[in-house]
Amino acid sequence: MKLILSSLVNGCRHGKLIEVGRKRSKSLDIPGCLLYTRTGTAPHLTHDTLNLIEGVPEPVHLTLSTLAEHQEVLEEYKEGIGKFIGMPDSLIYCSQNDPASPCPSGYNTNKTVSVWGGGGRIELTLSKFMAIQQAFKPDWYHCMADGEPLPPGSSRKRINKSVDRTLGFLDECLKVHQNSEVLKDAEIIGVIEGGDILEERLRSARETMKRPVGGFLLDGLQGENMTDDLKLDLISSVTGELPVDKPRLIHGIGKPDEVLECVSRGVDLFEGFFPYQVTEQGKALSFNFKYKVDPEAEEEKSLAVPLHQIQGQQLSSTCTSVTHEQCEKNNIFTMLHRNGSGDNDISSKTSDCDGKMKAFSIDLKNEQFRDDFSPLVEGCPCYCCKNHTRAYLYHLLLTNELLAGVLLMIHNLHHYFAFFQSIRDALKDGRLKDLKELIAKQKV
Amino acid sequence: PPPPPPRCLRLSMAAPLSLRIGAECPVTRARLCRLRLPHQALHTPVFMPVGTQGTLKGIAVPQLEALGCHICLGNTYHLGMRPGPDLIAKANGLHGFMNWKRALLTDSGGFQMVSLVELAEVTEEGVRFSSPYDGEEILLSPEKSIEIQNALGSDIMMQLDDVVSSTVTGPRVEEAMYRSIRWLDRCIAANKNPEKQNLFAIIQGGLDAELRKKCLKEMIKRDIPGFAIGGLSGGEEKDHFWRMVLLSTEYLPREKPRYLMGVGYATDLVVCVALGCDMFDCVFPTRTARFGSALVPWGSLQLKHRQYAKDFKPIDEECTCPTCKRYTRAYLHALFKSDTAALHHITIHNIAYQLNLMSSIRESIQQRRFPEFIQQFMKRMYGSADKYPRWAVDALSAVNVKLE
Repeated sequence: MKLILSSLVNGCRHGKLIEVGRKRSKSLDIPGCLLYTRTGTAPHLTHDTLNLIEGVPEPVHLTLSTLAEHQEVLEEYKEGIGKFIGMPDSLIYCSQNDPASPCPSGYNTNKTVSVWGGGGRIELTLSKFMAIQQAFKPDWYHCMADGEPLPPGSSRKRINKSVDRTLGFLDECLKVHQNSEVLKDAEIIGVIEGGDILEERLRSARETMKRPVGGFLLDGLQGENMTDDLKLDLISSVTGELPVDKPRLIHGIGKPDEVLECVSRGVDLFEGFFPYQVTEQGKALSFNFKYKVDPEAEEEKSLAVPLHQIQGQQLSSTCTSVTHEQCEKNNIFTMLHRNGSGDNDISSKTSDCDGKMKAFSIDLKNEQFRDDFSPLVEGCPCYCCKNHTRAYLYHLLLTNELLAGVLLMIHNLHHYFAFFQSIRDALKDGRLKDLKELIAKQKV
Repeated sequence: PPPPPPRCLRLSMAAPLSLRIGAECPVTRARLCRLRLPHQALHTPVFMPVGTQGTLKGIAVPQLEALGCHICLGNTYHLGMRPGPDLIAKANGLHGFMNWKRALLTDSGGFQMVSLVELAEVTEEGVRFSSPYDGEEILLSPEKSIEIQNALGSDIMMQLDDVVSSTVTGPRVEEAMYRSIRWLDRCIAANKNPEKQNLFAIIQGGLDAELRKKCLKEMIKRDIPGFAIGGLSGGEEKDHFWRMVLLSTEYLPREKPRYLMGVGYATDLVVCVALGCDMFDCVFPTRTARFGSALVPWGSLQLKHRQYAKDFKPIDEECTCPTCKRYTRAYLHALFKSDTAALHHITIHNIAYQLNLMSSIRESIQQRRFPEFIQQFMKRMYGSADKYPRWAVDALSAVNVKLE
């Protein structure tokens, strides 16, 4: 594949990957995210419900955590993982660990790594790892890697080992890859390890660059094992070393503010698991990424709730003595967020109004939404927001109905993909700073 | 013979229900009809999937529409508890709340109370029970049930009946039958929306032919747009079951729809169409899907079982549903323990199976070959005549179909 940069400003890259995939027929925009799957499915979604979402990105992200246990099945199937999961025409990227599941550490060895699937731990030797890749036939996969999260203050020796092992695994993977008829059109992604030690990170980057890899994965940054500042510095330093003309992936980064920090530091592709995590909590992504509009005006417009929707008799009877304008100005939404009903005293709340900004998502299990017939996010063009209401989602969550997961996933994926589009737009317009400020304001 | 039912003249616009008989099987009692309801016109015989709590278990509206579903069910008991009729009324009825534009049928809540609630007490007033959610004492009377169903705004509402398990015998059955008639009259009186919502009666009487006949004769006198045959989908012997169905369709007026409640196994559908029923509902196909069971013309596949791990065929090679077009049994097996999408795939297939079955039935009635259809269906399902269930053989024989 080829990478075409349309702009490179202060380390922020904006462009396109072309001639991607085993057939060299696909292209994708960067920065971008991947379509997160579990056992080859976007969680809760069938082909038809996935197709209700606009802007679904390539590639599809599969993990060995959720699929390695089916190696024998795929070997007998012979037609590749894409067709098996019902996505025969998609670009497939295969990684090792599932970002949304725990990955206990302490099991990797000099010759093996472990992944954690539905049936427990699966130990992978190099030959098993490559056998799986040959049965799966992905378009991209990253080489076997010792990237298990290391506790803070891990010994230099252990970190050094993770770099050495991973380089060793890379070389062995390449050997098999280059001799494999089935994999010859696929790309191997090199994996950069190094824990929290800058020197090791740089060593890993420089060595990996020497090999014929299609791109680079910044690994081992998923955990809580280092400060944000250190993490971001390491990312900057690593991407600073890497060649400009190959894509940089990162695992474990999903929150909007973190994504933007990484984009500013030369990262191109992100995993798409964050919307799934939000869905599983019964929440809908609601953060504003429209940097082109005056954010304060947008905020008031989308949050002011018409009086008749305010829950609770006491509240609405108090409100009738206050004008609609007064309510909007005093950001009456703050009261609703605080305690859905029963608080009569508006005036005491007015001073709080500039305190809390909304978080990245709204919790639809909150009783305030019980009779809120507005869409999840006002103005959102997704299938869920065009056809269903907060009240309906509240009901589905309360009654434990399966449709809740389906609808939330549709909205959350749509919202997240649209966010990435806004990143690309902001880069094109030279306004990444505005987008960053807008997002930072909404972090709680 | 009973006196003809009083006719109510409708002077102005169309009644909220009309039934036009398109074809009648010359051998059995099956008929192909066009049923026009306020939100949707559809053809019968029809199978209605059950969307208990205002949702069809993980299936989005466009998926359901694409499968050709024109009518589905909501449950008054569940929806009456959560979110409650006031909220649904605010949402423009159940149609507005779940954003379903086609037809809806709601049951009265009676069956759930008997099947789900441990200490329900039935009096002439109604059914008294404690809410499973907050322990509050609730009385579900005919008036209350209709009030909730009026708020739900369904195309078809069911009367509140005094439901008694089909395995019960003795004076309780007779008491329930007469009470159901009285409750029917109270439901008719309580209906605030007769121009837009159709109230169906439910014939009771257990497995006692005389009680059933009494109930039929009385209920038919009321001016209502349709009739359901109730009290027959419990654990009763199939041998008694079909005789009561046959008796009912003998007495029920030809020009009104007959709804057999709680029936949904494929064989039961085919036989009861032959016995003269038009509408059916059952949780079975959607519920069994969530246990990994896929319905096929020769039975069912338990996709959780290891034998499917490397089975690369679709559920049914002849099925054209979205699941069978794209996914193998092996993939569904692999996905089942991992993600809810597996349940959705199988649910979609099972609904498609049921709706396609009904479509084939309708087509064969239209083409005057329903008896041949029955033969083929039974052969495919059971393999050989010695495996045919006895009750089905007898029932079909009663409507002039001799299984070969």
